Amino acid sequence: MTMAENTTPLTSPTVVQRAPLPDGPLDEKISVRNLSFFYGDTKALKNVNVPLYSGHVTAFIGPSGCGKSTLLRVLNRIYDLYPHQRAEGQVLLDNEDILNPALDLNLLRARIGMVFQKPTPFPMSIYENIAFGIRLYESLSKSEMDARVESALRRAALWDEVKDKLGANGLSLSGGQQQRLCIARTVAVKPEVILLDEPCSALDPIATAKIEELIDELKTDYTIAIVTHNMQQAARVSDYTAFMFLGELVEFGPTTKIFTSPSERRTQDYITGRFG
Amino acid sequence: MTLYRRRRVRNFVVMGLSLAATAIGLGWLALILGALVWEAFVGLSLSVFTEMTPPPGASGGLLNPIVGSLIMTVIAVVIGTPLGMLAGTYMAEYGRHSRLTQVVRFINDILLSAPSIVVGLFVYEILVYQAGHFSALAGAVALAVIVVPVVVRTTEDMLVLVPDTLREACASIGMPRARMISHVCYRAARAGLITGVLLAVARISGETAPLLFTALNNQFFSLDLNAPMASLPVVIFQFALSPYKEWQALAWIGALIITFGVLALSIAARALGTKETVL
Repeated sequence: MTMAENTTPLTSPTVVQRAPLPDGPLDEKISVRNLSFFYGDTKALKNVNVPLYSGHVTAFIGPSGCGKSTLLRVLNRIYDLYPHQRAEGQVLLDNEDILNPALDLNLLRARIGMVFQKPTPFPMSIYENIAFGIRLYESLSKSEMDARVESALRRAALWDEVKDKLGANGLSLSGGQQQRLCIARTVAVKPEVILLDEPCSALDPIATAKIEELIDELKTDYTIAIVTHNMQQAARVSDYTAFMFLGELVEFGPTTKIFTSPSERRTQDYITGRFG
Repeated sequence: MTLYRRRRVRNFVVMGLSLAATAIGLGWLALILGALVWEAFVGLSLSVFTEMTPPPGASGGLLNPIVGSLIMTVIAVVIGTPLGMLAGTYMAEYGRHSRLTQVVRFINDILLSAPSIVVGLFVYEILVYQAGHFSALAGAVALAVIVVPVVVRTTEDMLVLVPDTLREACASIGMPRARMISHVCYRAARAGLITGVLLAVARISGETAPLLFTALNNQFFSLDLNAPMASLPVVIFQFALSPYKEWQALAWIGALIITFGVLALSIAARALGTKETVL
């Protein structure tokens, strides 16, 4: 290995060497087309176009208020819980427009899971936290359910810490454990897409590392979108990165390219810490 | 005087006033409880719980008003709690931003502070007058009318306290709204919801005015909901105003029973409120 290859580009936080992206055409699990979003009269997203590739992690970065969380909240229509919020444009999930008002939102959200900034365990036991979601759409025997709960907790790297106290309240866990419990809960219902809205912002570095490992492992089965303020994290976990600014999508591309040779001046300024 | 010293003096004065106010407030409470225990304890015996209210000059107990109060309170809670919980749930979960909710909340607040004698007259008009006689059922309905606004208020308040992030988490795994409310929101707010019901029980267990016009009183033991029924507050009211020593003594004992009943409920509410929610 020569010196040149070994040198981390100055513009970049550490970019982890990862397997090269496939050359062939990528499968667009979700395609966001000309999406605009309004909080009342405030336009929070302006004509955003972005794909989420199947089996890959896409990171959304940008300064606070740039619309990255808003974009994520459109993808499972969680914004529908609130009045005076509306989206215009198209969001295609497997070529079906999820902005269609007639869509069954519960079924949509069972396919597109979401993990939030703050851990939100349900006020019930650790076991029930996982089993409750599964029971909504499947009826399993006790042993099948036990197996599903265990596998979900294993996938979220939480099993060893909680296997002896599955009956304890989910709220009794530490913050990092609660967040992994929420991830396990999301994974357990077998969604196709997982949306992560700053999942590590309330966690310490050790818990963060665990969750990042988890993301890397999960992407083999799921399409993942992650919003993060931490650029090292985006560089570490994602295959593709979208940089957003003031409600617009400034640049989208393979993570290595965005962090080493972005084509937009604003992207470069942001990732080098000149603003934002 | 330096700024610092002035601030210390002011702190001292305000602290003193606060302590004095607390002492006065608690002092009255202690006096009331003390008088109650002092006056009632002398006459307290097992016969209070086994014998009926006596005619003037004879000895007796409070069995019929105790049972009457229990029956009417339970019926009032059974009628009032579901109504109040459903209304409160609508206001907090489904219609939080709707005009209807604002209107209902406004009317509910009026009902909450309505004089209870008005509630008694209202039920007298719609039930007692129509039926032609007083009845325990009318008494329970009057108490239920008082329970409803208390439960509506606490249910709405407690559900609004459940963080929206929890609702989003429910929605994000495709949980239908009804399931979310019944299995997650109620559970998260459980302690508060129970406290609301216990508060309502505490509130109605001392109500006299609504019962005067509805259940009236009954010197005899009765379980007939269609007939007049004795209750502790009404018996206390009647006996305390009477010139007979035995009746006055029983009124004190009745007051003691209500006070400690409510106290026990408050302690239970507090205990439930702090208890960790486990499956």
